[in-house]
Amino acid sequence: MNKPATPNSFRTGPDEQGMFGIFGGRFVAETLMPLILDLERHWNEVKNDADFRAELTDLSTHYAGRPSKLYFAEGLTKHLREVSSARGLAGGAKVYFKREDLNHTGSHKINNCLGQILLAKRMGKKRIIAETGAGQHGVASATVAARFGFPCVVYMGATDVARQSPNVFRMKLLGAEVRPVTAGHGTLKDAMNEALRDWVTNVEDTYYLIGTAAGPHPYPELVRDFQSVIGIEARAQILEQEGRLPDTIIAAVGGGSNAIGLFHPFLDDKEVRIIGIEAGGRGLDGIEHCASMNAGAPGVLHGNRTYLLQNSDGQIMDGHSISAGLDYPGVGPEHSWLRDSGRVEYVPILDDEALEAFKLTTRVEGIIPALESAHAIAHAVKIVPAMDKDQIVIVNLSGRGDKDVHTVASMLGMEI
Amino acid sequence: MATRIDRRMAKLRNEGRPALVTYFMGGDPDYDTSLSIMKALPGAGSDIIELGMPFSDPMADGPAIQAAGLRALKGGQTLAKTLKMAADFRAGDNETPIVLMGYYNPIYIYGVDRFLKDAIASGIDGLIVVDLPPEMDEELCIPALKAGINFIRLATPTTDDKRLPKVLQNTSGFVYYVSMTGITGSALADTGKVAAAVKRIKGHTDLPVCVGFGVKTAEQARVIGANADGVVVGTAIVNAVANVLGPKGEKTADPAEAVATLVSGLAQGVRSARLAAAE
Repeated sequence: MNKPATPNSFRTGPDEQGMFGIFGGRFVAETLMPLILDLERHWNEVKNDADFRAELTDLSTHYAGRPSKLYFAEGLTKHLREVSSARGLAGGAKVYFKREDLNHTGSHKINNCLGQILLAKRMGKKRIIAETGAGQHGVASATVAARFGFPCVVYMGATDVARQSPNVFRMKLLGAEVRPVTAGHGTLKDAMNEALRDWVTNVEDTYYLIGTAAGPHPYPELVRDFQSVIGIEARAQILEQEGRLPDTIIAAVGGGSNAIGLFHPFLDDKEVRIIGIEAGGRGLDGIEHCASMNAGAPGVLHGNRTYLLQNSDGQIMDGHSISAGLDYPGVGPEHSWLRDSGRVEYVPILDDEALEAFKLTTRVEGIIPALESAHAIAHAVKIVPAMDKDQIVIVNLSGRGDKDVHTVASMLGMEI
Repeated sequence: MATRIDRRMAKLRNEGRPALVTYFMGGDPDYDTSLSIMKALPGAGSDIIELGMPFSDPMADGPAIQAAGLRALKGGQTLAKTLKMAADFRAGDNETPIVLMGYYNPIYIYGVDRFLKDAIASGIDGLIVVDLPPEMDEELCIPALKAGINFIRLATPTTDDKRLPKVLQNTSGFVYYVSMTGITGSALADTGKVAAAVKRIKGHTDLPVCVGFGVKTAEQARVIGANADGVVVGTAIVNAVANVLGPKGEKTADPAEAVATLVSGLAQGVRSARLAAAE
């Protein structure tokens, strides 16, 4: 790709057509187009509406538990300083965790769901549908649907239903109907196809609550804005706690909503290095990974143009990750643009590296991170020992790992 | 510049009957069988052929067409082979219009300019690309029109009078009215509502209006054809192929013959449509 000229600000996208450079857009069937335009109209009304903001802030505070803490991960910092010393470097940056795992429902997903359920209510919709990979977004959707009295259908790949059974049960307890999707590999991509098929069928009354900063415009923008509370808080918290901006911020990228939420408020802070972590799976040499920005090419899927894992005929590949939440062959369009513009680095972390970080964090911090978040921690483990002691790294701890204990146990050959 | 679609539609208008538009999946279950199906279509009474381009993630399609696409991809079908199939068909039939139908990504990856050049060389007359609404016309619609290929747009029950002009603006060949909000292969919508919708669209355009999604039988083709300029049948044809494939994909009967039998019946339906309407 030609590298675009460096813009004055990285925070002005998308344009009126929903484009971030060549990425994004509205690649949907005509049946959905009027719905998306209607959504855009409502979104433009509410995004600067004081009443809407006040209602969302109130729910975020009293229902979801915001602001989430910015926690100095002293145990991990100490451990990585020992690693640094053992290498003769005597370094090791201070590591902070943005504790999205402490939110109600256990991940960052609630931020977006609260925003969108208020939008659905304003639009007079009667029914909520959602897709989910790890089940975190499914649980958050089922939660807000229960809270606001909407019936809710969650599409979930059959493979994910099997590997995320605790979340499936939570969704059912919350009154949602979980529909397993057997097409393809039975993962997030297939769940999203099926959710779109439901939406195109039930256009009158249904709100599609997309869980990540992807899909047709305006979803990438509105999900980003609802998730930007992560970065807005983190930026203010680090200024208060350390008196300065961090040197590096790191987040895992599947569709990329927790990452764009952390990154966006920092994009114009040129001194802050920003790193997104893709699922490297079993390695980028084969096809068992989900590193669309490192090993894919721009293409069109699920309503937007973005980096995709695909073959030379434009057929989408299934990919693989130990983490169901990162198991998606695409990525939100704004990440694709940030990649090509060079503002954000995107690097892969392998399944095994994420698993090690999962175990390490559990042991030295007493925090069980989601496998998604463990990818971001794994990259911190790699780079922090070579950094100076007076440097600061923020890792987005996007969710808690209780849902992953079955997966981890089977990876470790243990029975629970 | 009149295309094969324009000429065919004018001819049928003179005959006083609607067109039978038949969709099948290119490469399902394999190239040679699929080409034999395509060659059998005009003789069985198909007026316009929609040649499906398989895609891994067909978001607007029901289970039957999803499965057909996967069979085709498993059988090694690619966009290049679908274009070759059209060219092979053209060698023996220079009259029947061919419309490629599918999703944008394979075309985007093939390269729009290269695709249009090869499509023209293969005798393609029109394109239906499900995930390219008028908002994305710069991508393929405008280049296709410049190249002399019809860009056939879908209008749906959600396309209201305010939006219709935008949808119709760069549409040519015919308008494809999707009879319901839903995926391909669902149950047919209320035919009275469909007739009213066709009338509504005709108030905005002189282009022929063909109706699809949910038409499976000769009787349905007859009823829909009483008001529309064409009737599109897809899922029923794809099912006729699937029905003669065994559990391991082996053929238990000749798919081309199975499709021809179905299409002959549908052709009788559209041929009696206007008689029925006149009664």
